[in-house]
Amino acid sequence: MLSRTEGAMHFTINGMQYDADIDVRTSLLDLLREHLGLAGSKKGCDHGQCGACTILVNGRRINACLTLAVMHQDDEIVTIEGLGTIDDLHPMQAAFVRHDGYQCGYCTPGQICSAVGMLDEVARGWPSHASADLARPIFDDDEISERMSGNLCRCSAYPNIVDAIREAHAASIESEQAA
Amino acid sequence: MRAFDFTRADSPQAAVAAGGRFIAGGTNLIDLMRLEVETPERLIDISRLDLARIEDRADGGLTIGALVPNSDLAADRRVIERYEVLSRALLAGASGQLRNKATTGGNLLQRTRCYYFYDTAACCNKRSPGAGCDARGGFNRIHAVLGTSDDCIATHPGDMPVAMQALNAVIVTLMPGGVCRRLPIADFYRLPGSTPQIETVLEPGELITHVELPPPVAGARHLYRKVRDRASYAFALVSLAALVKVTDGRIAHAALAFGGLAPRPWRDPAVEAALIGREPSVEVFAAAADILLGEARGSGHNDFKMPLARRLLIAALRDLTQ
Repeated sequence: MLSRTEGAMHFTINGMQYDADIDVRTSLLDLLREHLGLAGSKKGCDHGQCGACTILVNGRRINACLTLAVMHQDDEIVTIEGLGTIDDLHPMQAAFVRHDGYQCGYCTPGQICSAVGMLDEVARGWPSHASADLARPIFDDDEISERMSGNLCRCSAYPNIVDAIREAHAASIESEQAA
Repeated sequence: MRAFDFTRADSPQAAVAAGGRFIAGGTNLIDLMRLEVETPERLIDISRLDLARIEDRADGGLTIGALVPNSDLAADRRVIERYEVLSRALLAGASGQLRNKATTGGNLLQRTRCYYFYDTAACCNKRSPGAGCDARGGFNRIHAVLGTSDDCIATHPGDMPVAMQALNAVIVTLMPGGVCRRLPIADFYRLPGSTPQIETVLEPGELITHVELPPPVAGARHLYRKVRDRASYAFALVSLAALVKVTDGRIAHAALAFGGLAPRPWRDPAVEAALIGREPSVEVFAAAADILLGEARGSGHNDFKMPLARRLLIAALRDLTQ
């Protein structure tokens, strides 16, 4: 077993390879923002309560503030910078723009990464607290609110966020059926 | 956060031999380390051990690996079909992001959300034994009314362990010497007494490897009801995991475990004994509530938990026996 307090670490983020010489105390969020210049992921509470730091690790949404970077050297990490670009927005980003799903925008990268991870959970048939029948959840606005409760928006842009996610979900179903 | 030595374990045996604090999901531990409530000198990363499977047992039960994330456990078809109360409890806890990271073993060991435990400027016997308890005369709205001691009134914050208590789960561990133990969940958590810093019967360095669920009770109806300050992503003020079966108009099986009331998931055999064999009625349910709350004692702000638990018990049993 390798034992360490600091040193060179290696990461795969948005399909790119990164090396960083960091203390083992460094959170995954601080690695992204402070060491690699990937400042899209935001630090709101640093306690897992606000969701502004939400990223995708091996396709799953997690709070980057509540995990140590050293534990994620073998993982595929995707941040808001890896979802889309200004010229080629991810469908969820485009839906947020279309529906004005923000005011100040600080929580938005976390909202979008969380929504992308959440729709993948829905596609896998995962139930939620809002599901009457756990074996057959029906996707509706109550499900969106419940499943997105780990992302706070202090501007309270929630109605437009729900509109954006509902539309992105409908579009993903359509493109699945077309394929 | 205090400095620590980080080691990744490549087997459960190596993990228990390494002599340190285990980390897997880390969603509670890292938060506590950042606040310096927890200050481990050595972290043993167990997150890559082969303990993330859910397996059928020959007796119809399930064996759940300690590293199965809360999300996966809640969505498992076998859990939904056979142990709906467990799936419901998991889905009532935390957020989607946290459930993706939090593990089965870690959730069992989740620590209290008592404000004074978190505040290193406050007195807390759980955080620094002998320091005193600021919760007793402080803001104690979220605190326990059953099983408390003069030294500690903190609650166990979990949802999943409450359902596991109602399901008679067995916690399987590996000890530093290599011996495995099987601990019924009813014997797993300790009450605070004069040592609130010791929360379970686990020995130092003992690793939870699995949780076993016994075969489901045929014909029992399941319910997990959680009362909290907001509709989602909040800890329970009072919660109830209940399994009830009615046969020929009488209650044939009753398992009731409460969250938010006590320093551990709270299950009282006398409450269940008052229900079994009886015809369901509000009077019978109220008598069971009297037994549940006979020894309950509030600290001021949390006095509301007694009538709340009473109404929750009666409403839940009425729904389950209709």
